[in-house]
Amino acid sequence: MALPNRTDQAAVAANRFGLGARPSELRLAAGDPRGWLKEQIDPAAAVLNAPRFPSGAEALETIREKRQRQKRMMEVEGPDEDGAASELRDASQFAARLYRRETGARTRHAIATPDSFIERLVLFWSNHFSVSIQKPAVKSVAGAFEREAIRPHVLGRFEDMLLASTRHPAMIFYLDNQRSIGPRSQRGLHSGRGLNENLAREVMELHTVGVAAGYGQEDVTSFALALTGWTVAGIGGAGSDGGQGGFHFAPRMHEPGDRTVMGIAYPEGAGQAEAILHDLAHHPATARHLARKLVRHFVDDEPPPDAVDRIARTFQHSHGDLREVAHALIDLEAAWTAHRSKLKSPNDLVVSALRGLGAEDLPGRFLINSLARLGQRPFAAPAPTGWPDTAEAWGSPGAIYQRVEWAGRLGRMLAPDIRRPSLEMAAMLGDFASQKLSDAVDRAESSAQAITLLLSSPEFQRR
Amino acid sequence: MPTRRQIMGSLAALTVAGLNLPGLSRAASPAASPEDPRLVVVVLRGAMDGLAAVPPHGDPSFARLRRAPEGVLRLDDTFGLHPSLSGLHTLYTQGEALVFHAVATPYRDRSHFSGQDMLESGLASEGGIRDGWLGRALPPTGSRTTEAVAVGESVPLLLRGGQGVSSWSPGESDLVDDATLDRLAVLFEDDPLLSHALSAALDMQGTAGNGKMENEGRGRRQFITLMAAAGRFLAADSGPRVAAVDMTGWDTHVRQDARLERQLGLLDEGVRSLRKSIGDTWRRTAVLVVTEFGRTVAFNGSGGTDHGTGMAAFLLGGAVDGGRVIADWPGLDEASLLQKRDLRPTMDLRAVAKGVLEDHMGLPRTALDRTIFPDSQQLRPLSGLIRS
Repeated sequence: MALPNRTDQAAVAANRFGLGARPSELRLAAGDPRGWLKEQIDPAAAVLNAPRFPSGAEALETIREKRQRQKRMMEVEGPDEDGAASELRDASQFAARLYRRETGARTRHAIATPDSFIERLVLFWSNHFSVSIQKPAVKSVAGAFEREAIRPHVLGRFEDMLLASTRHPAMIFYLDNQRSIGPRSQRGLHSGRGLNENLAREVMELHTVGVAAGYGQEDVTSFALALTGWTVAGIGGAGSDGGQGGFHFAPRMHEPGDRTVMGIAYPEGAGQAEAILHDLAHHPATARHLARKLVRHFVDDEPPPDAVDRIARTFQHSHGDLREVAHALIDLEAAWTAHRSKLKSPNDLVVSALRGLGAEDLPGRFLINSLARLGQRPFAAPAPTGWPDTAEAWGSPGAIYQRVEWAGRLGRMLAPDIRRPSLEMAAMLGDFASQKLSDAVDRAESSAQAITLLLSSPEFQRR
Repeated sequence: MPTRRQIMGSLAALTVAGLNLPGLSRAASPAASPEDPRLVVVVLRGAMDGLAAVPPHGDPSFARLRRAPEGVLRLDDTFGLHPSLSGLHTLYTQGEALVFHAVATPYRDRSHFSGQDMLESGLASEGGIRDGWLGRALPPTGSRTTEAVAVGESVPLLLRGGQGVSSWSPGESDLVDDATLDRLAVLFEDDPLLSHALSAALDMQGTAGNGKMENEGRGRRQFITLMAAAGRFLAADSGPRVAAVDMTGWDTHVRQDARLERQLGLLDEGVRSLRKSIGDTWRRTAVLVVTEFGRTVAFNGSGGTDHGTGMAAFLLGGAVDGGRVIADWPGLDEASLLQKRDLRPTMDLRAVAKGVLEDHMGLPRTALDRTIFPDSQQLRPLSGLIRS
């Protein structure tokens, strides 16, 4: 069921590909909905518009300094002195504050950006390479991870994003690679500690080829051995040789020897793990795995096979050029239909509501509390698989009721400023709004109720 | 379309509220006097049916048009109160309640949004709505930190335009009222996932909420909490002198008898809780209870009523010279109805508000005529509402 007219298509462009229409966006998009999306395809659009934040390396350096001061104080004054404890608090407060500022800025950026298709891509890839503050060490670097490893590459090469992600301290901490020591490395022989294959397994299973690609345990082990020594400067024994925070290769932790991964031999030497990542990035199974996730994200919980094939081919032929892939997504006919199986994630629900209501400068605390209550605290996915991407996963009774309550709260907060809810509805949903919804909004007993109904409606929650 | 600045305004108030109000009692101000008059304005959003709340049992046409509820509480030969309003009835018999009937704002169409805008803005016609009459009635420069408090999650239009306006809302205030949930259930009908999720969630809440009563009170009982809070704020010597409270759920298009019985009961209980929490300050207090418009005289096909015109309003409090119904009753025979469907308004609600502001809050006539209710020189304040 293709969409005949341009206003329908503008609603698809803004809602299915974007983060919801800002007040005048449907009008802007209506002239040429696909062209409107394609004009957004510019790497500059992926840059976070926010005051300068410390890099991941700088954040870790600050934390390390605070901890070291604390350690010195403990040595001098004994463990019970207040000073030491407060330094420790200071380090964790620094991380918590940075996390709040980063997530607030990121959410405000999503609300304000005119290039929300690109922000959807950022959110998609950031979730594909999920890092989570469930590991406390990730807290201070989660925002930096997205800015440094994801944003620069969402319209670049997948291979570069994969490498940047795998080397980033946030990912190394999250998937324990700083603990992974080659058994026959200098450190391994000395300490008796050994391999941790977490990062290697998740890179293969989640980030690249996917679980059904036909690899076995020996491939995971082999890749994990190649990744030994990929750690974060300044931790364990790794900082002694003067790393500047951030990624650090520690030869003393690295397992010597040749490796074979998925049938390809990688000789010992510098660049062994990079070479494996390169081949994983270009493996045909990776193209299929990513295509399926992308089509599920932008088109349908049940990805249509021909759309998946098309995206996989584009990925493969362009050698993982994500700019080409972004164009191909827009050109998928399957996306431009009236069928709406996707339920917005909590993040996208909140962001699209505030975009539609023109509320750009809300306090970060309100935004993050909203997301947390609706079940999607930023950078806090419960597992390395990242946040789920189906209506079934987000549509539990408790979650849906929370959404209605949140809509009610926002309605009551903003009602005094909203004189004509039906105009808001038209600007947000265009022809997506059914007659039934339109009647309900018109006949609501207050503008607070009208906003509650609008933001809770299937037309708004689905895309 | 709201501007960003406006939205920030309402949120700033929200943020400030949580920080400011707990300190109110400490923010003593030299100009404050515990004897200052207190004013509460309660806005019933959705249009309360005045003929159900204040049935004109003495009008022969009424019995033809409506089945009067059993146990109407007698006010006088013509009017009574709905049985759920027993607390208001007690106030009436104690001389602390005035009842107005067949009143209206200048608004004559039937949109909730425009009707509420007109009610709150105090303007003579639509257009140019920026702020509210209660906000404009606040002192020009605050003699205290907080002159007025919006008890709820935002500062309503009614209180915009004044200085020293804050807002306060209790935590855990995110419950959604039944009227909204009913309408949402209709919107969800065609979406199996959402409709199943919503009904399952409500079932679970019923179980978790300790039985039926709790479940039925979901959301709406909030009003009682808000009224109690308003009373506490106003009772503080150096606290605000003015409060605005919203109550939703009055748009009774369907099965209104059962709904209004609960709704009016909650209004009554809310007034009772304010009366209790405000303590001795009650004697210096006036509570004006208003809605955007009335409802059709005849019932519709769904046991409800549709948007109408003439309405009922209340003025309650120890400062009120009560025990009377004030109405120039137009009658309910067909010839007397407005457009053959609505109670014809014979009194301008602005005259009531002007009378309260003049006699209770001591505001000068020029301000009332020109800035608080612009272009209302012709409309004399209703006098004698407040004890001298």
